[in-house]
Amino acid sequence: MIMSEQTTAAETAAAAPAPKPKRPKPKSMILLGEQTQTLFDNAQLAKERGEKVGWSASIFPQEIAETLGLNVLYPENHAAGIAARHQADPFLQECEGPLGYSNDLCAYAKLNLAYAAVLNGESVVELPDGGKMVKPDFLLLTNNICNQLTKWYENLARQMDIPIFFIDTCYNPYDYVTESRVRYVRAQIDQLIQDLCAFTGKSWDEERFQRVMQISQRNSYLWERANDLLDRKPSPLSGFELFNYMSAMVCNRGKESSTAVLEQLNAEIEQHIAEGTSTFPVEEQFRVSWDGIACWPYLSHNLRTLKKYGINMVASSYGKAWAIEYEDLDGMARAYCFASTNGDNATTMISRRLEALQKFGCEGTIYHVNRSCKVMDCQMMEVQRQLSQLAGVPFTSFDGDQADYRNYSEAQFETRIQGLVEVMEQNKEAKRND
Amino acid sequence: MYTLGIDIGSTSSKAVILQDGAVLAAHVVEPLGTGTVGPERALKKVFELCGLSQQDINYTVVTGYGRMNCDYADEQISELSCHAKGIHFLLPTVHTVIDIGGQDAKALSITDKGQLTAFQMNDKCAAGTGRFLDVMARVLNVEISELGPLSQKSSHPVGISNTCTVFAESEVISQLSSNVPIEDIAAGIHSSVAKRVAGMSLRLDRTPDVAMSGGVALNIGVVHAMEQEMGCHILVDPLCQSAGAIGAAVLAWEKRRKGEVDDHE
Repeated sequence: MIMSEQTTAAETAAAAPAPKPKRPKPKSMILLGEQTQTLFDNAQLAKERGEKVGWSASIFPQEIAETLGLNVLYPENHAAGIAARHQADPFLQECEGPLGYSNDLCAYAKLNLAYAAVLNGESVVELPDGGKMVKPDFLLLTNNICNQLTKWYENLARQMDIPIFFIDTCYNPYDYVTESRVRYVRAQIDQLIQDLCAFTGKSWDEERFQRVMQISQRNSYLWERANDLLDRKPSPLSGFELFNYMSAMVCNRGKESSTAVLEQLNAEIEQHIAEGTSTFPVEEQFRVSWDGIACWPYLSHNLRTLKKYGINMVASSYGKAWAIEYEDLDGMARAYCFASTNGDNATTMISRRLEALQKFGCEGTIYHVNRSCKVMDCQMMEVQRQLSQLAGVPFTSFDGDQADYRNYSEAQFETRIQGLVEVMEQNKEAKRND
Repeated sequence: MYTLGIDIGSTSSKAVILQDGAVLAAHVVEPLGTGTVGPERALKKVFELCGLSQQDINYTVVTGYGRMNCDYADEQISELSCHAKGIHFLLPTVHTVIDIGGQDAKALSITDKGQLTAFQMNDKCAAGTGRFLDVMARVLNVEISELGPLSQKSSHPVGISNTCTVFAESEVISQLSSNVPIEDIAAGIHSSVAKRVAGMSLRLDRTPDVAMSGGVALNIGVVHAMEQEMGCHILVDPLCQSAGAIGAAVLAWEKRRKGEVDDHE
């Protein structure tokens, strides 16, 4: 089959029955759309005022920039959006071609490095969003999510001659954080705040920080609660929909606009629970957990295929990574030593997933073997084996990519899902006969 | 009661008619897969062989890569469950099945009743599949059926290190140009497939007996290489290539029988 970034009509027809009329967007999604638009608009306006605008890694303590009143955009989130809208191809070609990067690089990095080259006048690729990801004046970075980010950001910094404000969270093989590590990270946070103030001309206001932290913690609570409410049977929400709300946590965690989005989302979920309804469009026959980053280029194919077999994805290790709890700068330092699944050891990963499988009543797990994120794949096979044994729950894995559409086969995805369904159905029948 | 099982693969089509879920009435392997006249021919031939027609069939299950495009079947079931059921029908003591098909490889754990409990599949790459062997046979200028016996004459198998089919093809051409005996290259090719598939299979429990399914199981060279890699004896039934279609026919019989029981209730 010739790979195309667009899903073929024949494949779509195979995976989905006749299309139904679209239901109206819930208010929370409308609020989310407005919030996203505001984020990009504000960055543009700040740029026009001559203020400094930043780009940030997705798991960076957002409250620092929020307290300083800085406008910050998020390349990973932006790249996911480009991939989900099937607009990745020219950026991938540019990155692997004229820019000379390896095909093996993370696809978020490939998309963003090419996008940055366009902003920097080095490449000519039409920007499908009109360049709303405005050229940054500084970069914010932590290495708790992946180490490739450090090279990606270093290249951006050299390419555009801008500084990186970096927190080294250091590799943590334990399932706890030592005080010396907390002090090490805290000292970097203090220095980073000083340096960022000096660079941007902003000043640190402790009272404002406290207010931002209160908002941030409220948002973390609301995000976790929205995730947790999917433990109802049937689930009030189609689990994939939560992926859409992640930008409220990734890009806007310290903002009141996220509180509005997440309160509305929680209210809508509660209403579904009260009325016994769900946004999952068919009968929920199976409940599964999802492991790994979303396969953004094929999110709709993933969803259509799962829907075809009555599978609702009710638990995900991905989305919950942004439900981070801390109240002050020491807490922030401690939390960021652990804020990513890539930083967890296998024991921690397995115990968290086991708890989720049990809490959400999952009957199977789907693992996304993500070509872009080899660190995430590193422990996946062993986690699959141990978790399946401990929980007595079958699993399947599929090859895909978070943003490179060339690394996925629709037919192979469906065969694996169908196989999982057949095992889950037998397990159900065995329970009924017990 | 007659049931029909059809396995529309990527490189061949198989059709099986089963009487009462137990007696093999007819079976056909047509070397043309999905998107060709293969499925139609297989169907025509299987009816001719047993003197039956579509009207005599009580239930039809289709499986394989082309299963989504078959509108005359009552139900489609994944090739995972069908190979599990088919091998159980042929070799009831088996608990681990390795199926190497035209474009994918699977390792299956099955119960005493032939039910699938866990599985592993190859990644998107064609290495370790029947297609890989097809390409290599072409480079060696031998028929695919000759590859197995040829490799058994090898005294010094060469290493084929590339897992990429295209790169492995170049590697084989390079060995040929260095005058390496063709049988040693054939053995190296089989070892390469076996290493890849065994690595995947070893992620499962590998409860004995172990059997191979699918057309590649007819290649004695691959079976021996797999035995070496997995450190166990591997059973192969002469009808291994039809195991998916047999499983489909068995499942068709089980579904129909269950439906009749439910109707009576």
